[in-house]
Amino acid sequence: MAVKIGVLALQGNVSEHIDAFRLALKKTGQEASSEVFEVRHPADLAGCNALAIPGGESTTISRLIDKNHMYEPIRSFPGGIFATCAGMVLMATQVDDTRIHSLGLIEMKVDRNAFGRQRESFEADLPIKELKGDPFHAIFIRAPVATIIGTGVTVLYRMDQGIVAVEYGKYMALSFHPELSCDTRLHERFLKNLGI
Amino acid sequence: MKLEELRFGTELLKRGFASMQKGGVIMDVVNADQAKIAEEAGAVAVMSLERVPSDIRKMGGVARMADPEKVIEIIDAVSIPVMGKVRIGHFVEAQVLEILGVDMIDESEVLTPADEQYHIDKKLFKIPFVCGARDLGEALRRINEGAAMIRTKGEAGTGNVVEAVRHMRNIMGEIRILKGMDHQEMIDYAREIEAPAELVIECSERGRLPVVNFSAGGIATPSDAAMMMQLGADGVFVGSGIFKSSSPERMAKAIVEAVNHFNEASVIARVSKGLGDAMPGLDIHTLRDDEVLQTRGR
Repeated sequence: MAVKIGVLALQGNVSEHIDAFRLALKKTGQEASSEVFEVRHPADLAGCNALAIPGGESTTISRLIDKNHMYEPIRSFPGGIFATCAGMVLMATQVDDTRIHSLGLIEMKVDRNAFGRQRESFEADLPIKELKGDPFHAIFIRAPVATIIGTGVTVLYRMDQGIVAVEYGKYMALSFHPELSCDTRLHERFLKNLGI
Repeated sequence: MKLEELRFGTELLKRGFASMQKGGVIMDVVNADQAKIAEEAGAVAVMSLERVPSDIRKMGGVARMADPEKVIEIIDAVSIPVMGKVRIGHFVEAQVLEILGVDMIDESEVLTPADEQYHIDKKLFKIPFVCGARDLGEALRRINEGAAMIRTKGEAGTGNVVEAVRHMRNIMGEIRILKGMDHQEMIDYAREIEAPAELVIECSERGRLPVVNFSAGGIATPSDAAMMMQLGADGVFVGSGIFKSSSPERMAKAIVEAVNHFNEASVIARVSKGLGDAMPGLDIHTLRDDEVLQTRGR
């Protein structure tokens, strides 16, 4: 099956997501039949199996989604969505900052910058039980957390400050940055959930 | 569950923070009101400072870190990251900004240097630094000292993009030249540009700097910003260009959109319509030697 993965390229950590998905597809032996590319306009979403919403500034990305008329096309996008950091904020139904026009695709309340400012950003090894092998090396940068989640939303990992990884059907949302840690197990799990 | 062992202030966290700014516009602001306008317009971060560079030029005298009260006022006003400028080599100003909660420090030639020999040892800090550079050697020396982001210097406070273009072309051009070199030639080139050989080799392998590279110093219009992106910048800093224009809100939004669609002339044309006056510019050739900021630090 030819796999097409788009990475929302309005602002933020776009090229790292493209590299990470390419690596994940290589590991699952689908590199040759797949395409990973930038998405800037609604038309770019056509035929995509999945969309990644990268980290960046959630206020900025939210504004640019509206400005580029991407809000409804993403909401009605039939494929999977892999959202990290700012992406997780955008997936929520409720955000602690009313300026964010979130997509409301995962029933959860998200607090932005829940650990504090950049000096409080951290790396930690998370023993995510759904992943085989070593703990997952997670990089949190001015990261959000989910404080309340709806029924049907699966928690992949919870820290003292809140929930940092969730799955909901074809969606995965993470407060940290798997695209920065050269570990594609979460990307692979996301693709597997989609039957890719 | 027991709290996982957390590590703070690592190189990866510093470079990761810088990476989140990509494709964005970082705007100079001098108070909370301006910070809110910048955030509203879609800035990815604001640079808090006492005066924008064009006013620093006019005032003369020694330009220093902003008053902590001002920095806190700006931190409290917005939810996007707040950066702050310190003088080259002034590690105590940097310690102060770190304590205040600033997210990234700009060790900047726009302020009067405090040390003409040494830059700050940036690896001693938990928060990331951005530093100016005019060519590959300068960029790699700063990265070697711990800078997590480079910005090409340009000539701040002039509203004239010519130096920003020169410095971006220098760095991108030098990296392209590396591609044709063998190992020995790269070692020799590293010596010539006074940069660590391993960083030169890393640039050659990646075809780019090992950290994010923004453009700064003279960007005054949406077209200026988009040109710097097309020349290879990962994002732009706009200093005086926004709040010294005749309609800052509109200029700020237009520059954000131009950076977002830097390859689409139709968008740049649309956002540039009826913006009013850009900041008044200066011809670089009329500056006296002591008025040129880019030669500070090397």
